[in-house]
Amino acid sequence: MSSCDTCNTCGAADGQTPVNFDGVVALAGNPNTGKSTVFNALTGMRQHTGNWPGKTVARAEGRFTHDNKTYKLVDLPGTYSLLSASEDEQIARDFILFGQPDCTVVVADATCLERNLNLILQVLEISDRVVVCVNLMDEAKRKGIEIDAEQLSQDLGVPVVTATARSGRGLSYLVETVAGVINGEIETHAHHVDLGDEVNNALDQLVPKIQEIAPGLPNARWVAMRLLDGDWRVRESLIDGELSQIAEKQKAPTERFSRKMALEGSQ
Amino acid sequence: MKLDPYAPRPVADLLQATEGVRHTLGEGFRDRVVESIYRDATDIAGRSVRRGVGKRFDLDLFIDKIVLSPIFGLPLMILLLGLIFWMTIVGANYPSELLATGLFWVEAKGAALFNWLGAPWWLTGFVWHGTYRGLAWVIAVMLPPMAIFFPCFTILEDLGYLPRVAFNLDWLFKKAGGHGKQALTMSMGFGCNAAGVIACRVIDSPRERLIAILTNNFVPCNGRFPTLIMIAIVFVAAGHNATVASAIAAGTVLTIVVIGVITTLIVSAFLSRTVLKGEASAFTLEMPSYRRPNIPRIIYTSLIDRTFFVLMRAIATAAPAGAAIWLLGNINVADASLATHISDFLDPFGHVFGLDGVILLAYIIAIPANEIVVPTMLMVYLGTGMMTEDVSQDHLRHVLVDQHGWTMLTAINLMLFSLLHNPCATTIITIWKETRSLRWTTLATLGPLAIAFAVCFVVAQAARLLGWG
Repeated sequence: MSSCDTCNTCGAADGQTPVNFDGVVALAGNPNTGKSTVFNALTGMRQHTGNWPGKTVARAEGRFTHDNKTYKLVDLPGTYSLLSASEDEQIARDFILFGQPDCTVVVADATCLERNLNLILQVLEISDRVVVCVNLMDEAKRKGIEIDAEQLSQDLGVPVVTATARSGRGLSYLVETVAGVINGEIETHAHHVDLGDEVNNALDQLVPKIQEIAPGLPNARWVAMRLLDGDWRVRESLIDGELSQIAEKQKAPTERFSRKMALEGSQ
Repeated sequence: MKLDPYAPRPVADLLQATEGVRHTLGEGFRDRVVESIYRDATDIAGRSVRRGVGKRFDLDLFIDKIVLSPIFGLPLMILLLGLIFWMTIVGANYPSELLATGLFWVEAKGAALFNWLGAPWWLTGFVWHGTYRGLAWVIAVMLPPMAIFFPCFTILEDLGYLPRVAFNLDWLFKKAGGHGKQALTMSMGFGCNAAGVIACRVIDSPRERLIAILTNNFVPCNGRFPTLIMIAIVFVAAGHNATVASAIAAGTVLTIVVIGVITTLIVSAFLSRTVLKGEASAFTLEMPSYRRPNIPRIIYTSLIDRTFFVLMRAIATAAPAGAAIWLLGNINVADASLATHISDFLDPFGHVFGLDGVILLAYIIAIPANEIVVPTMLMVYLGTGMMTEDVSQDHLRHVLVDQHGWTMLTAINLMLFSLLHNPCATTIITIWKETRSLRWTTLATLGPLAIAFAVCFVVAQAARLLGWG
């Protein structure tokens, strides 16, 4: 199954003229962290929001513009983790892995950051291009909780933006940061969980073999981890070559980017 | 994990290596990974989160102690629901009358205009006393209660109360073999059963999701509330002064809703012990912080997304239904209208169930949308030839009781039938879309209908045995 079978935001499958997006942004996060509110605020859409977990049952898609560039925004179902096989987690996980977003925004609840970090760390294992949006800062303040965004950003190796999505605070900075990550102005070095020597050694044996099958795959370590965990979906994607194709595509943006630079340079 | 003989060679290599490595790692790989993640999360959070800055007494925890208390939780919830019904009944009364007066004034003027232009009587009748009157009824009867009920419900949703409802009801649903989240999907059903059925997607286990889908219909949706409210006001609460009457009416509607919830539990228990046997699945339900509702957004969501949506749907079905009723009421065969023939034919059948022929006819015409049951009934009773006149509650009572022999039994059974009968066409289509199964869709349609008839039959026979009704 190619990713085009499950995605029709460009409209091509409906026979419309496909829209050329300058980037695809995925919106992940725990349930009830205000993901849908962020989505609505960025896209100007009116997805129904409600204060109960599990509300977003399907994937919603919209678009936003920044600096004359149009980005596609995909609202993923809220999940606590990406390790189990529940439908929601699989949709979210598959999109971050196979959908190849140019940037993944993980929305977190400032009032219970520790629990939210569980998902953030898992996303960081899959992708380097991540922006963490610590939402509900007003509520945290009301509860006497303070977040040191700079420290958090240093620990995670990716930008952290604090926000109160309901009143729109922090969202323009979020958009700027996302654009920065996509166009390469902001460098990221995602934190990887220390799994201990024994597991690390085991992964080291598998990673070169995965890189041989899918050269340039950025998250070979994570793929190895999933294989060891018996993840059939990842295993299938290795067998039918989907993962190799993704690795191939991963290289494409850089090529496109450098060609554009060359064109600009020649002018 | 078995090795795949058709895998390309490097992949087969990798899979084999994986097997070997896993062997050296031994059991509990997943647990080790999860532990490592949690350890890192704790470390990182410890460095960047500071708690207890300033004050503070945890208001959320305090409220939850009361709202989720095993003693106060359930009664408080029922009280809250009763309060919303009461506010809806009291608040909708006057605007409903105002709307009715205004809209029926337009009907009279429109008909007069047609007459003045020399339009044939059947055209005037079909357009104004049929199609338009159907529309006017639905708007007058439904719009005000919806405009109050939906915002109230949305405030509870925004506040974070819905997961608490699920928490309070969880043990009941678990006993019935359902999923705790079924309480959530049931709550959504109060707005619209079709929306409730779609909401069932939050339940992962197919077995428990089916139970939730099949029983969603047993909570009255917004299309049925006006029916319940009207009958409660006109019958149960009649003869009391205004304040007492509204309280009695709210209590009646609340009772019907509780009967609906009990039916949901009984049917869920029955399904989970017969056709849908299986283990109950565990889940974590997060209690979100209470949040100050965002008033402009609530107004937008509840009025545009919900009220307007349901109203447009009602209008789309009410206009053709109004036209159909007018035709039935004005096509005469052997000295009586078609409507009279049909309702006379259905009458003995209806009587067995404590209803009558007109009520059954109304339910048949109202299959596309439950909203139009009361308007249909009244239009057949009042006779479509008549110009609209007094639509006050006293007049309605007079028409139903004195001219058409309604008793308290008719009123109660009508409410029970409205609560339990088959879902509307939209919900049936939604169930089909969600289950993709003819069998489950049929069961979801005919099951409730059979239950409705059975309950009405038992109530009617029991009441008559006791010489009551």
